[in-house]
Amino acid sequence: MLKISKDRITEIFNTVAESKSLYLPVNREDGQAEFKKYENGMVLSENLNTLRSAKDFFFPQTENLVDFKMEGKNIEVIDVREECEDFVIFGVRACDARSFTILDKVFLADPVDSYYKNRRDHGTIVTMACTRPSETCFCGSFGIDATEPEGDAVCYTDGSSYFFKANTEKGEAFINSVSSLLEDGDTAELEKVQAKTKEILAKLPLSNLSTDSFGGEKLNELFKSEKWAELSEACLGCGTCTFVCPTCQCYDIKDFNTGNGIKRFRCWDSCMYSDFTKMAHGNPRLSQVERFRQRFMHKLVYFPANNNGEFGCVGCGRCLSRCPVSMNIVKVMKALEEK
Amino acid sequence: MQEAIIKRAKELLADGSVNRVIGWKKGEFVYDITPAVFETAEEIDADFVYNELTSANVSKYLVKETKKDGKVLVFLKPCDTYSFNQLTKEHRINRENVYVIGIPGGPKLDVEKIKAKGITGILNITNDNGTLKIETLYGEETMPFADAVSTKCENCKSKKHVVFDELIGEDGDITDTNRFEMVEKLENMTSQERFDFWRDQLSKCIRCNACRNICPACTCEKCVFDNPDLGTDNKAAADSFEENMFHIIRAFHVAGRCTDCGECSRVCPQNIPLHLLNRKFIKDINSLYGEYQAGEDTTSRAPLTDYTFDDCEASIVHERGAE
Repeated sequence: MLKISKDRITEIFNTVAESKSLYLPVNREDGQAEFKKYENGMVLSENLNTLRSAKDFFFPQTENLVDFKMEGKNIEVIDVREECEDFVIFGVRACDARSFTILDKVFLADPVDSYYKNRRDHGTIVTMACTRPSETCFCGSFGIDATEPEGDAVCYTDGSSYFFKANTEKGEAFINSVSSLLEDGDTAELEKVQAKTKEILAKLPLSNLSTDSFGGEKLNELFKSEKWAELSEACLGCGTCTFVCPTCQCYDIKDFNTGNGIKRFRCWDSCMYSDFTKMAHGNPRLSQVERFRQRFMHKLVYFPANNNGEFGCVGCGRCLSRCPVSMNIVKVMKALEEK
Repeated sequence: MQEAIIKRAKELLADGSVNRVIGWKKGEFVYDITPAVFETAEEIDADFVYNELTSANVSKYLVKETKKDGKVLVFLKPCDTYSFNQLTKEHRINRENVYVIGIPGGPKLDVEKIKAKGITGILNITNDNGTLKIETLYGEETMPFADAVSTKCENCKSKKHVVFDELIGEDGDITDTNRFEMVEKLENMTSQERFDFWRDQLSKCIRCNACRNICPACTCEKCVFDNPDLGTDNKAAADSFEENMFHIIRAFHVAGRCTDCGECSRVCPQNIPLHLLNRKFIKDINSLYGEYQAGEDTTSRAPLTDYTFDDCEASIVHERGAE
């Protein structure tokens, strides 16, 4: 497999960044990683995952959809869409890579979301195989192999080198663009590392988390469960879980009055919020119990019901680390499983 | 301590003094502890936990819980008792429906500070005389307890319980901390440096509202930022500057009522030091109106809702200057 020694990875970054915008996880002052646009001198984070997910690249927290300009009785509609430039995201983990497949099912299904598609078409995803999964990881429960991530190209490490493999044409183009820096490498050590990671994955505390009790056919039983009241008791109704989640995809569309026109923008919404899906007749979910239930029913029941059984969670564990009251999908699944 | 707390909770449930108990519930790992209401001794035996990782201030849950029938038992750390008093003062808690047991507080640990050291795969954390022994999937790690202390406990303002019906353990004193150190640093910056500091910090905000929703001083039935009928709601702003304003407006709204419990910074998923905004207000109130600690009692008039001839004039802002 083609490889480059670890201490030369910046050469890859510099080469890619010459022709395209390159984004990669970089550590902040507080030790948390976030995706940043690469500039010379930046160091690839060794953290397992970024604090926020990678969904912003295709589905940003806020984006302008259309502008309206008003002059007298005339309203001019201004299409603000522009063809996006090619970009590369390096170091996406297996969980986040799968989240793109899930988001695709929402945004690329008819009617296609042209804003999302534009960015998706121009983005190349280079994933990074995991070697140090965390106790909060449970991607395996959703059929994800952290040692073999999806993505246009995959990067693996054996500790001293980075190895590259292409999965798609975009991935091949990425590898070709840096091929002068790569050399053929022996994968014996990499195979050992991969085997060791698999061992760790098998003994993660959440490795036995099962999805058997969930899916579209369980709708009535789960919707009516008496557990929701107790589970939601501590929930603050904040949006942390939804905003750090790589698969949460609900949004709101609003008009912003600029004084002489309107900016129509969309922004992430959260089913935890009191005005979520508020319509002319009012709000369909009046209590936090109902809002809380919505989030987990969506991921574990409604989404699979509409998408051939695929769940709307990738087991990245961000909600486990970030919820202010430590209430999360794992606790919900385990509680609902108990009959 | 956990044993004594559990014992007392079960006694009070058994003799009918209380119907429910608010405390902390064990999670999947050693650290993911959730505030919870317990109704039976069995539930308490199975899941009640109190240790260095139970940092959540549960006093705000009483707004909801004391409106229910029956009496609820709550365990409050010293800092939580200030929030309790403030909520009582604002008539948000029905005092007759709650029985308060004061328990020793921190310093509590922030597991994120452990993870920030690159320690991952955490299976267990034990405190061995000031050294944390952290059992992980990748072997044992150690680090000083002091390096993992929660930001909210770094400048503990009080070991004294300002309200309780009974105590478990000894009561402490109001502590003399240098909690305004960082505020002073910010004050000594030029206005441009200070502006840059806050823009840098607040631009990390994802508007999850965790700070507001955890805050014991934020108990409005409907926040202006949530009300689509007012035109002031902005769950995500079209202009990033509005996110910054959200925090400043919120700090103004809780000024004089914020007890400095530190929950805002504890829960912020982006690690924004929000408590510094509140501390600046506390420091200013102290210097302009005389020493005042919100939540110290339930009867005194707060400086910002009271009028005296000695009050500073509005021109103080001009006199003090911008820098």
